Amino acid sequence: MAMTNEHDALTASASVAVTDGDAGDFFALLKPRVMSLVVFTALVGMLMAPGQIHPVIGFIAILSIAVGGGASGALNMWYDADIDVMMGRTAKRPIPAGRVSAETTLAFGLFLSVFSVATLGLMVNWLSAGLLAFTIFFYAVVYTMWLKRSTPQNIVIGGAAGAFPPIIGWACVTNSISLESIALFAIIFLWTPAHFWALALFKSEDYGRAGIPMLPNVAGERATKNQIVLYAVLTAISGVVPTIMGFAGLAYGVVAAILGAAFIWYSVQVWRMPDGDQKMVPAKKMFAYSLLYLFVIFTALLVDALAPKLMALVA
Amino acid sequence: MDKVELTEQQKKARRSRSVALGIVLAVLAVLFYVVTIIKVGPGIFNRPM
Repeated sequence: MAMTNEHDALTASASVAVTDGDAGDFFALLKPRVMSLVVFTALVGMLMAPGQIHPVIGFIAILSIAVGGGASGALNMWYDADIDVMMGRTAKRPIPAGRVSAETTLAFGLFLSVFSVATLGLMVNWLSAGLLAFTIFFYAVVYTMWLKRSTPQNIVIGGAAGAFPPIIGWACVTNSISLESIALFAIIFLWTPAHFWALALFKSEDYGRAGIPMLPNVAGERATKNQIVLYAVLTAISGVVPTIMGFAGLAYGVVAAILGAAFIWYSVQVWRMPDGDQKMVPAKKMFAYSLLYLFVIFTALLVDALAPKLMALVA
Repeated sequence: MDKVELTEQQKKARRSRSVALGIVLAVLAVLFYVVTIIKVGPGIFNRPM
């Protein structure tokens, strides 16, 4: 055990493990950008759910879901440190950059997993806590440890992990899972493959170097482009389902239809891109639009759910 | 016995972690206090000793 000169003496060996990581590095382990999407979609699920939740309890719920999502991100970074170092997109993460050790990250991720699930269970309800625990397990174990390195369908199945937050948010209010929350799940679940495969197209060299069997590397560009169009169509259909099911209004349905049509249009541009294209501009545009699509769809759902309540307050 | 001299960078990083941890703990203490009042109710103050 090594010690700093500011601490009392215990026994010491030659092994020294002082982390260079500051608070920002530990925050980066939580994948804040992914976490923001998790928070936003969980919040929409919570606000759309029938029933009420005390604002402070709601805040605790969102915080727990955010920390749980972050914990799964840290566990992902712990397990994937060996391949993160090979990819330009991930090489600057705290572990490959040498600022935080893998062991510290594992402990950090495990602690936050247990803490977030226990907090959600004790303060909100155990169904949502169970769903959060399952989400962390699904992302860290099923996706990261198993699917990611073994099948080109990795993000199709693994995408479920990112799609759970609205179901958890809904369950925080209702203590149940309903068809409506599953419809919200479906939007993110079906959106994920088109989103990630657009990225995988223009980052295929990175993934190839790391030995990850992403669809473009295994099945080729043409097959990937076909699948992107297929999932874009399915995403566009799932986007209007809330209106068809009657838990979102017509205005939302129109917005979702337009956004979905644009999503398909972008996917067709990717499909028309010549195989072997080096710049991959349509794929980059599709990736950027896919982020905008999900954000605007869930914003529209939020506005649709809150507008009548706000109107009632004003009147 | 080995003593480790922390570099300036490591000291700065440790200070940053300590401040963040302090803030998180303080926020959690306040949150847990408020949630206890909400879940148990103000009657928690009226318990017989």
